[in-house]
Amino acid sequence: MAVKQISVFVENKSGGLADITKALSDANVNIRALSLSEATDFGVLRLIVDDVFAAGNALKESGHIYNITDVLAVAGEDKPGSITKIFTVLAEAGMSLEYAYAFFAKSQEKAIMIIKVADRLAAKKVLKEAGIPLVKEEEIAKL
Amino acid sequence: MAKRYYQPEIETMPVDQLKALQSDRLVKQVKHVWDNVPYYRAKMEEKGVTPDDIKGIEDLHKLPFVTKDDLREAYPYGLLAAPLKDCVRIHSTSGTTGKRVVAFYTQNDIDLWDDCCARALTAVGAGDEDVVHVSYGYGLFTGGLGLHGGAHKAGCMTIPVSSGNTDRQIQFMTDLGSTVLCCTPSYAAYLAESIEERGVKDEIKLKAGIFGAEAWTEEMRRDIENKLGIKAYDIYGLTELSGPGVSFECEEQTGMHINEDHFIAEIINPETGEVLPEGEKGELVFTSITKEAFPLLRYRTKDLCILSRKPCSCGRTHIKMRKPMGRSDDMLIIRGVNVFPSQIETVLLNEGMTPNYQIIVDRKNNTDTFDINVEMSQEMFSDNLAEVTAKEKQLVASLKAMLGIQAKVHLVAPKSITRSEGKAVRVIDKRKLYD
Ligand SMILES: [Zn+2]
Repeated sequence: MAVKQISVFVENKSGGLADITKALSDANVNIRALSLSEATDFGVLRLIVDDVFAAGNALKESGHIYNITDVLAVAGEDKPGSITKIFTVLAEAGMSLEYAYAFFAKSQEKAIMIIKVADRLAAKKVLKEAGIPLVKEEEIAKL
Repeated sequence: MAKRYYQPEIETMPVDQLKALQSDRLVKQVKHVWDNVPYYRAKMEEKGVTPDDIKGIEDLHKLPFVTKDDLREAYPYGLLAAPLKDCVRIHSTSGTTGKRVVAFYTQNDIDLWDDCCARALTAVGAGDEDVVHVSYGYGLFTGGLGLHGGAHKAGCMTIPVSSGNTDRQIQFMTDLGSTVLCCTPSYAAYLAESIEERGVKDEIKLKAGIFGAEAWTEEMRRDIENKLGIKAYDIYGLTELSGPGVSFECEEQTGMHINEDHFIAEIINPETGEVLPEGEKGELVFTSITKEAFPLLRYRTKDLCILSRKPCSCGRTHIKMRKPMGRSDDMLIIRGVNVFPSQIETVLLNEGMTPNYQIIVDRKNNTDTFDINVEMSQEMFSDNLAEVTAKEKQLVASLKAMLGIQAKVHLVAPKSITRSEGKAVRVIDKRKLYD
């Protein structure tokens, strides 16, 4: 029940990001969520898209370096404290996050949090036990 | 017990006897390639030379040169001198541009190559009570299997650990008591640092190391020797000629004895091709006189070097070559330090990266600036930024260890480095604008 995330290498120069998003939009790929982490000269752009297969092909064809990682998508109510609950549950289980980012899914009136942990299956288990709903890949595609 | 020489009668043979042996073998080798390799025959005919013109080493200069371009043109079987059914192995160079070079070996070729490596190991004190830790890569690269074969012949216990996985390397070293380490100098420097970081230097029993396959400096030697508490020896070789063991250092550490019963060395003027007298600096050229499957006549290595036949205190009579002083085509001087693009390429390959790089040298406030753009590769990429920056840091450290000066590394988009006629432009030296 993992969600596929595409991460792309971005060189820090003007037009670097536009190159990537244009390659995706030309292939009719919709970006659901996006997060960028940067070092001095380069960054890693992480994307949740509606069609991972099409996105991968478009990036390969336009000569980008990318990889596809399994991450967890967790749904929080759109109200204060819902995100804290997710972090608390994971922290109490002794799991540290490699990174996380969130986006608001209008159609569902929910905040969806993308999280990357070392042990995805264990994280899934503790989240489920805490009653925090996970979002499936198909649901992301339909958003 | 460690022996002083692996093959004493050959390694200490009087020079005139050695030259007679070379002459004899050269005459046979020339006939062998003339009879079996149409490519060589055509080259010789073009120069108007036949095997009858080659009566000994004094006639060597009459033969045409062979270059890397010839090897590429003749790829894969064009220079093969033995029937394929007699060949038992190939090795290949890490081709970065154009075609790879593939070298073939008969069983006899492997045996003689192993002997050469066994001589190198014996010279650093390895014997049947030693544990030889081979951290060169095993595979198409000649480093791993070359020293491995040599260690067997020298009767050492061999740990075929290959490269990578630092924790496992150090664990074997401490648990099995490795006494002789064989790897690239940059990997030795990296291991030395890792051992220091883990604070396990006291558990390491290493006494010597054989480090080759890349250019390294005396400074790097001293650094490795101090950090590991060993003597660090150089070894030289090219896949085209067999692999490591074409020449090796003895206890004197003042140059590498060339295994002259297998290879004839010449120094030439790289521009004119004229043979230079002993002691002069020029391009190193080798003729392999015992190779059956893949013999090379007058192969131009592009390595700049000096030969010396001054008697050596170790008792070996074979001529010594100095550590190559760079390539005949591409040296840069940055902040007073000699830098060769090939060194950067070597480091990138050793770090498992694609060697697509560009050096940019400039001068600001009277100081040279030194930047290296490296194209991002799949191997180096991760969704986790910290992992990428960690690899970048390790690359910077390995480059510093190799070059002796600090470079600024920039990771750039794939295929973004300027190419001219399909070949990447490796060096942009902006300083020329001001001179
Ligand atoms: Zn010597």
